[in-house]
Amino acid sequence: MKAYVSIWRLRFINGMQYRAAALAGMATQLFFGFVFIMIFAAFYAGSSGSVPISMEDLITYVWLQQIFLSFIMLWFRDQELFELITSGNIAYELCRPMDLYPHWYSKLMAQRVASALLRCFPILLITLLLPEPYRMGVPPSLASFLLFVVTLVLGLLVIVAISMLIYISVFWTMSPIGSILMISVAGEFLAGMVIPVPLMPDWLQTIAYILPFRWTADFPFRVYSGHIPVSEAAWGVAVQLLWLAALVIMGRLLMRKALRAVVVQGG
Amino acid sequence: MRLYFKYLNIHLKSQMQYRTSFWLMSIGQFFIPFMVFAGLYLMFDRFGQLKGWSFFEVALCFAIIHLSFSLSECFARGFDAFSSLVGKGDFDRLLVRPRSTALQVLGSKFEFTRIGRLLQSMFVLVWSVASLPAIWTIPKLLTLGLMIANGVFIFTGIFILAATFCFWTIQALEVANVFTDGGREMAQYPLSIYEKWVTRFFTFIIPFGAVSYLPLMYLLDKREGSELLPMLFTFGGALFLIPCLFIWQFGVRHYRSTGS
Repeated sequence: MKAYVSIWRLRFINGMQYRAAALAGMATQLFFGFVFIMIFAAFYAGSSGSVPISMEDLITYVWLQQIFLSFIMLWFRDQELFELITSGNIAYELCRPMDLYPHWYSKLMAQRVASALLRCFPILLITLLLPEPYRMGVPPSLASFLLFVVTLVLGLLVIVAISMLIYISVFWTMSPIGSILMISVAGEFLAGMVIPVPLMPDWLQTIAYILPFRWTADFPFRVYSGHIPVSEAAWGVAVQLLWLAALVIMGRLLMRKALRAVVVQGG
Repeated sequence: MRLYFKYLNIHLKSQMQYRTSFWLMSIGQFFIPFMVFAGLYLMFDRFGQLKGWSFFEVALCFAIIHLSFSLSECFARGFDAFSSLVGKGDFDRLLVRPRSTALQVLGSKFEFTRIGRLLQSMFVLVWSVASLPAIWTIPKLLTLGLMIANGVFIFTGIFILAATFCFWTIQALEVANVFTDGGREMAQYPLSIYEKWVTRFFTFIIPFGAVSYLPLMYLLDKREGSELLPMLFTFGGALFLIPCLFIWQFGVRHYRSTGS
């Protein structure tokens, strides 16, 4: 356990080095947030009748997406891991006296947390202070907020478990591109990154609800704004836990299988 | 120009060495904007219209911008990847050659996998033009072509500006994404749906308005007046490229090698 904590700390400190990049990223995310909100507002302006999610909740949803972007992106490039596999340096990793799955898992998670921590507080502060139509809302109750924190953390655990599957698949494909790219694009779509899940047509919502992706982003964000009330959210937490267990077990099994067949490419 | 095509040919051959990888990448590139377009479609599916713009009208705007973007990514990629050239010190080599630096950087990299993105935008373009019968006149089709060409100029200009910064910062600045990815994301909808300050910035500073709004109004018969004027508007894109090239020249003169 101590070894994993140190890996975590190392990765974390490493991630915190890139402050200038974080600043630039923040500017980009703020800009994207504005653009998305304006587009949605323009759609809402022309709509008559009821909408499945109010504009205020939607604005909060968009800002949360931008704030916790590094928690949501399926495709968090860690070139290092790919190179380990394709260059054959995986052999060194295998010599270490620790389990590879938790090792990589903590590595990937530390990256995401470091990147999010650098960015989230400044953006959070700015979005909470913005002038009216763009300001981000606050949770309706303390219970909603606490539950949001729980669901967000569980969502993070799920997303790392999904991305582990992507890395493991590289053992077979030897190339991190193409098909994986498609899976992550589709996954981000189903997580509500392009259009929020409540705005999707019913058939698509059904698909989104069945798959694990939306539990990482859409669900915590709607808990935050109270769009999903606390009483309903408890069920969601159970689903998140189930997915987490299933994905981790699957990942470990696949990894064991991959490592048994691993061919170290000379050199 | 001959040199440019020579570069083009060499890169095409080298990328075609890994055929499977090439096609997989291209298919992936097809899917990214496809998902964005699907989102657009679903939004119209729910809301019907967008401040007076119909689905096909917005789809046309989307296709023009994405087509321009993928063309400029395909052919002006060298500027996008410029930071690695400076970082490794390879730019010094280009400086001693008796050709223009802009041309050589332009030719240093091509990304043909963008053909996926290109095809996707072509489909949307053909689909929307086919569904908007008002466009079927010679001057309008000509304007459409000019819009795409000038869109390419704008994106290339932004790439050049971003690359110029590398002379001072060595690393590529992520802020440039606001104008490349962000500009694309924003300009894929008609500019009139945004707040005034956004519209103004992207008309007078970076002239996206010259390709994704003013001539579009003419194409879709949303504005009265002469035919010549909207065509002239599109050249705003070309005008943007000129100062960018000057800034590039200025940057080259102030270049100090990393020495590696």
